[in-house]
Amino acid sequence: MIKMNQILDKRELAPGIKEMVIYNPNIASKVKAGQFIVVRVCEEGERIPLNVVDWDGGRGTLKIVFQEVGVSTHKLGKLGIGDLIMDVVGPLGNPSEISLFGTVICVGEGVRISAIYPVARELKKAGNKVISIIGAKSKELLIYMEEMRGVSDELRITTDDGSEGRRGLVSDELRDILESGLKIDRIVIVGSAMTMKMCTEVTKLYHIKTIASLNPIMICGMGMCGACRVEVAGKTRFTCIEGPEFDAHQVNFDVLMMRLNAYKTEEQMALKRFLEGGG
Amino acid sequence: MPVKKRVEMRKLPVEERIKSFNEVMLGLTEEQAIEEAKRCLQCPNHPCMEGCPLNTEIPKFIKKIAERDFLSAYKIIKEKNPIPAITGRVCPQEVRCEAKCTLQRVGEPIAIGALERFVADWAMREGVIKEEVTKAPSNNIRVAVVGSGPSGITVAANLAKLGYEVTIFEALQKPGGLLIYGIPEFKLPKKVVECEIDHLKHLGVDIQTNVVIGRTYTIKELFQNGYRAIFLGIGLGMPRFLNIPGENLVNIYTANEILIRTNLMKAYLFPKYDTPIKVGDIVAVVGGGNVAMDAARTAIRLGAKEVYIVYRRSEEEMPAWKKELINAKEEGVKLQLLTQPIRFIGDKDGRVTGMECLKMQLGEPDASGRRRPIPIKGSEFIFKADTVIIAVGYRPNPLIQNTTPEIKVNEEGCIIVDKHCRASMNGVYAAGDIILGEATVAEAIGTGRIASTTIHQDIREGRI
Repeated sequence: MIKMNQILDKRELAPGIKEMVIYNPNIASKVKAGQFIVVRVCEEGERIPLNVVDWDGGRGTLKIVFQEVGVSTHKLGKLGIGDLIMDVVGPLGNPSEISLFGTVICVGEGVRISAIYPVARELKKAGNKVISIIGAKSKELLIYMEEMRGVSDELRITTDDGSEGRRGLVSDELRDILESGLKIDRIVIVGSAMTMKMCTEVTKLYHIKTIASLNPIMICGMGMCGACRVEVAGKTRFTCIEGPEFDAHQVNFDVLMMRLNAYKTEEQMALKRFLEGGG
Repeated sequence: MPVKKRVEMRKLPVEERIKSFNEVMLGLTEEQAIEEAKRCLQCPNHPCMEGCPLNTEIPKFIKKIAERDFLSAYKIIKEKNPIPAITGRVCPQEVRCEAKCTLQRVGEPIAIGALERFVADWAMREGVIKEEVTKAPSNNIRVAVVGSGPSGITVAANLAKLGYEVTIFEALQKPGGLLIYGIPEFKLPKKVVECEIDHLKHLGVDIQTNVVIGRTYTIKELFQNGYRAIFLGIGLGMPRFLNIPGENLVNIYTANEILIRTNLMKAYLFPKYDTPIKVGDIVAVVGGGNVAMDAARTAIRLGAKEVYIVYRRSEEEMPAWKKELINAKEEGVKLQLLTQPIRFIGDKDGRVTGMECLKMQLGEPDASGRRRPIPIKGSEFIFKADTVIIAVGYRPNPLIQNTTPEIKVNEEGCIIVDKHCRASMNGVYAAGDIILGEATVAEAIGTGRIASTTIHQDIREGRI
């Protein structure tokens, strides 16, 4: 019998990037594009916020994709098919705004290409023309290419080293599209803080409504601790209950990046200890 | 006749306290408890009870302690209070029951809190808690309790005993609400809370953790799922800020973040536990309430060299309870009074290095009855700190309100209820901080008791 929070499937999408299908009908029947869950692997584990990248309400399953960067994501990655995840909470955050905007650009970068996927899919379903730009360091790390192709009218690819698609950054491709004079009605960006900042600087020049899905350090995920606070339009906002999507032109990305680095030393120390201890 | 001196509870020595999260107040021994109980005058008009939001039969239980009949003392307390091991530790007896004690006029009041705690701890140790369960047969009526803090525990326990099928929905991974994530281990050991939660399970209460009402289910969905009544004991879920420039610099925390990392996620055991926490050498805690004291004492234990309470009024106006302030001072927490931060200052990496502050003076009393702090012109100065903890209060979390506008709230966002704890949506009830604003554990239990009585009556009389 399938148990709550059981891992039903697991794939390695790229080195260090894993996809899992989890059984949780409560969340699967409720979740919408743009929302996330918080998972905790074991008693000592951190609370990890992860975007829900796909779901099946009928089967009661949801899909997550994560990159093994710290101790917690490594621990999650060690779980296999049939294992249970100790805690799964959600859906958290506000759903992405989906309606007929016209022509929409969806930008996804790195592991977070998976998180733009459901947003692009829903925007496409709503009748938008969807141009997607996805990018990664190299071809090897490029995930969800076929998934994105399936929900986009046009798919543009960039890699830092040119091993797939255009050599460059997603922001370079974005700039070219906007420079070409194509009428774009909305842009949604999901990537690292630096990528989102660079893309936003481009779209500001063209005064096109731009949405960014922010990824700060988060603990509770429900408005209690304030760890995930960001500065939007000069005001303090909580990503977990007021976001995660905000008007990118109003976001102070420097504050976001600064706060993301708050625990760098501790994170690296813990990871070193974890890996040296045999993982 | 001279009044005997009050028996004081033993405390962990300061040097041991500041190096660990072990409980500071060690409780009374049996002999100490009996000696203290014998000081009670057994006043026929029992003024102490007026000071108790739960109306606990204080003289009665104290008399039983004096007679060494701890089981009877426990039963008397339990009639009114489902979690005496907790209130015995975190209730402000100094301004409540003990303040009304007749002995107060001629000497020191009876240590009512210490005695309550003694009895509750004795019952826990002896394992009598589980034997005390008397439960009506199930009536097959389902009631949802949202939140597992003191008011939720009270409602769940009371209704379960009456035969209701109670489900508690807790958003975090562990039940107990602020008793788990908020109040530090050194004041309220988590095993005490766990014991009270076990008691609920023993009563047949189903506890579902990791369920966020307003996200996982809405209130309407709970009704659709067959719950006849819904009780909201959701507390004040969001921290307040100072709303001054620079508050998002690195190493500026809300008190809740420090407390959640430490208490719930056990970050003080990092890297054994995965959640990290760090405080710098000089920690400024902004605020003068009990949470500020909890955060300051936590910072001391996390290794800060100097910890300051930065408060805009004087010590006299501090909302923190005396016993909290005494413990904090003993552990080395310093007071920076009549000081109001107006701006945070950071380095090139965005880490806080200090705060620009204004010196204040006290004017006429304000609406709270405390003297109003007035800024002194031109008194700006820099207060250096490499960690800042903001502990200036809480406000309601809007998640339930956003998905259920039928539940009316006041301008502060607190749920509006009638005097029987009924909210504006039929079948919905609320108690504790979410109706009272920032209150105490005892008031949460007290209003929770009203809510459970009302729910039972409304169901019996067919109103819902």
